[in-house]
Amino acid sequence: MKNLFLTLTAIVPISLLAQSKNFMYSEGKIYVVIAVIAVIFLGLAGYLYRMDRKISALENEK
Amino acid sequence: MQQTVYKVIGVVLVLYSLIFGLLTSIPDLPIIEESIRNLFYHVSMWFAMVAMMAGSFAYSIAFLRKENLYTDRRTAALTETGMLFAFLGLFTGMIWARFTWGAWWTNDPKLNGSAITILIYLAYFILRNGIEDERKKARISAVYNIFAFVMMIVFIGILPRMTDSLHPGNGGNPGFNSYDLDNRLRLIFYPAVIGWILIGTWIASLRYRIKNLSIT
Repeated sequence: MKNLFLTLTAIVPISLLAQSKNFMYSEGKIYVVIAVIAVIFLGLAGYLYRMDRKISALENEK
Repeated sequence: MQQTVYKVIGVVLVLYSLIFGLLTSIPDLPIIEESIRNLFYHVSMWFAMVAMMAGSFAYSIAFLRKENLYTDRRTAALTETGMLFAFLGLFTGMIWARFTWGAWWTNDPKLNGSAITILIYLAYFILRNGIEDERKKARISAVYNIFAFVMMIVFIGILPRMTDSLHPGNGGNPGFNSYDLDNRLRLIFYPAVIGWILIGTWIASLRYRIKNLSIT
């Protein structure tokens, strides 16, 4: 869930920008690539965060 | 979540370098052209790798002083994370080399040095897995790890600088300072290095905690 949430928080501002019709289409659409890279990295960071939480939970069980 | 602050800083710095590394204006360089942006991504992998190995080197010495098995687990976790960055650096470097130097692999001393370094560290894991007794394993692998770190400094830090190399800053080639004169690259590169080191520390801490959990 946390992972999904993080990815969504990255996508929402991008979709808002896309509605302005200019920004995401400008500069040869390089911002589209940047958005993709940002989503991938935030997804990975969210994955690490989730793993961290799970390990914490296991540590607390012991 | 333990120690959240450095993890957040790491994510923010890396995200900054990913985004602005593509947006920043770059110096006009022949052959390298736009691929100088790989400085932010490929080179920071190696800096993170060396930082992980330096950490594991320090914990190896700490282990030999106190013989605490938790310290040994920190050493192993950092070395494993360092290997991840080493392979990422190697493969990204191969891609960069193909399109600037013209070959996936050259006999550049830095390339061969990093390949030897990876083999040396692979032997560390083989050595660890080959010893049953926990204390014996920890002691022998700590001694080996100190040796491995010194060899890494020799193979990727010293030898490439003494002969001809395609890498900047080695064998009479100009270092990054000549690119950095405008400071535009530095502004992205240093945060990228710090960010990846923090992310690496995070990954290593997760591996360390998993090791502690799986022992008992």
